[in-house]
Amino acid sequence: MAKTQNVLFDVQGPRSRRVSAALNVVGVLLAAALAWIVLSELAEQGQLDASKWTPLLTARTWENFLLPGLWDTLRAALLAVVLSIAFGLVFGLGRLSQLAPVRFVCTVVVEFFRAVPVLVMMIFFYLGIGRAGLVEPSNVPFWAVVLGLMFYNGAVIAELIRSGVHQLPKGQREAALVIGLTPSRSLRMIELPQALTAMLPSMVSQFVVILKDTALGYIITYPELLASGRRLGAGDGNILQTLFVVALVFVLINYLLTVLAAWLSRFLSFRTGGATRAAEGPLAAEEATV
Amino acid sequence: MSDYLTDFVSLFDQYDVLAAFWVNLRLTFFAALGSAALGALIALMRISPIASLRLLGTGYVNLFRNTPLTIILVFLVLGVWSQLGISLSSDFDQNFFNWAVLGLSLYHAAFVCEAIRSGVNTVPAGQAEAARAIGLSFLPAARLIIFPQALRGAITPLGNTLIALTKNTTVAAAASVTEISSLMKTMIEFRPDVIIAIFLVVALGFVLIVVPVGLLTTWASRKLAVKR
Repeated sequence: MAKTQNVLFDVQGPRSRRVSAALNVVGVLLAAALAWIVLSELAEQGQLDASKWTPLLTARTWENFLLPGLWDTLRAALLAVVLSIAFGLVFGLGRLSQLAPVRFVCTVVVEFFRAVPVLVMMIFFYLGIGRAGLVEPSNVPFWAVVLGLMFYNGAVIAELIRSGVHQLPKGQREAALVIGLTPSRSLRMIELPQALTAMLPSMVSQFVVILKDTALGYIITYPELLASGRRLGAGDGNILQTLFVVALVFVLINYLLTVLAAWLSRFLSFRTGGATRAAEGPLAAEEATV
Repeated sequence: MSDYLTDFVSLFDQYDVLAAFWVNLRLTFFAALGSAALGALIALMRISPIASLRLLGTGYVNLFRNTPLTIILVFLVLGVWSQLGISLSSDFDQNFFNWAVLGLSLYHAAFVCEAIRSGVNTVPAGQAEAARAIGLSFLPAARLIIFPQALRGAITPLGNTLIALTKNTTVAAAASVTEISSLMKTMIEFRPDVIIAIFLVVALGFVLIVVPVGLLTTWASRKLAVKR
């Protein structure tokens, strides 16, 4: 971290150290003042009263609302992860195909699903599957969430696979061709395994996106963590506090996934010819995981 | 087939699809301004020599990048507006619109910050060293030497953030803003027989907005690239 940042300023001398220390204090004071204003405003409205927060510490809350909601969130996210990897593999390899028509179709499909908002797809599937009667009515929101996430994130993963293969050193492919592999076998046996290793950190970052986007299920009545938190908060009259806790749960899980991605990228960097940097690399910069 | 088409076209007399898209574009515009300003400020904090500001910036980015946008919007509307009674406009609809712009700005500022920071990383150390050598201190060096080059290097990630923001304006439905995704829901519920056509119209609308932005940023990032 320091390595990329201290580009901007020298090792500080005595005077600038004093200035920095003073500004440091100012920064802390500003943050404290901001926090004080918010907290005192909340306290004035009685939002910090124990009665608003204690319901969140009871077993009933977690057993009946938050844990089932979390389970529904994770269930949808896990299935979406698996399906979008499958989708990404098929269309990512399709975009690298030797056959121009296959490449063209896969490019159109991938670009289309990358451009359409996930929520629009979810609403489409929500109303579409329900109407077609493909699954039990109670399962419609679940499948709408999973399919919406699959098409969008699958398209992103297809792009990751494509750029992962393109970023490998040319020599890998040349060596494979020289020992007599056909281009498609070289892709499958030599390039893809290394590309997958190289893109694993970026893929884990994409899982963060999937997990976050399960919260869109709230809009199409999928009973995930946000929806159950909202129901709970509406019952107890403490939506603000409940949503705060729900957000913390999301932040915690996603932060752990981000840490895992950073660790993976360090751990895997010697196992591939490609670049594994997740957070700072050119690959990640282009595939902004918003 | 022609019956199907006339039926389908008659839908557009009833529902103003363009007006709904216009809401999304307005959300995009205001949230882009807000997140650009906030994101640049936080990026400046994160690369500054002052540890407490760096810590604040890092905390902001980690908090907002890892929270689902839906939660931020629901939190603002149900928690802050409904429960705390803080209103951003006396007009009922404008109030929701403003909350949605605020939520979108808060969320995307974290990504703008990271985009700018990745742009700063493309500036060679020699540039900053040269700036210091001619006697510029942190803020002048950042303003005159680093940021102009960093912004050019950050065009691609900034463009991606803008595209994501455009698509994410649909989430404003969670903040009770009537925009294209909620209009699409109403249209399909009213005319479920032409569901695929309705979906394709909305989807193509987004393709038409998003693809030119993508092409433009690719062109701009090449055109403005700093030769090294």
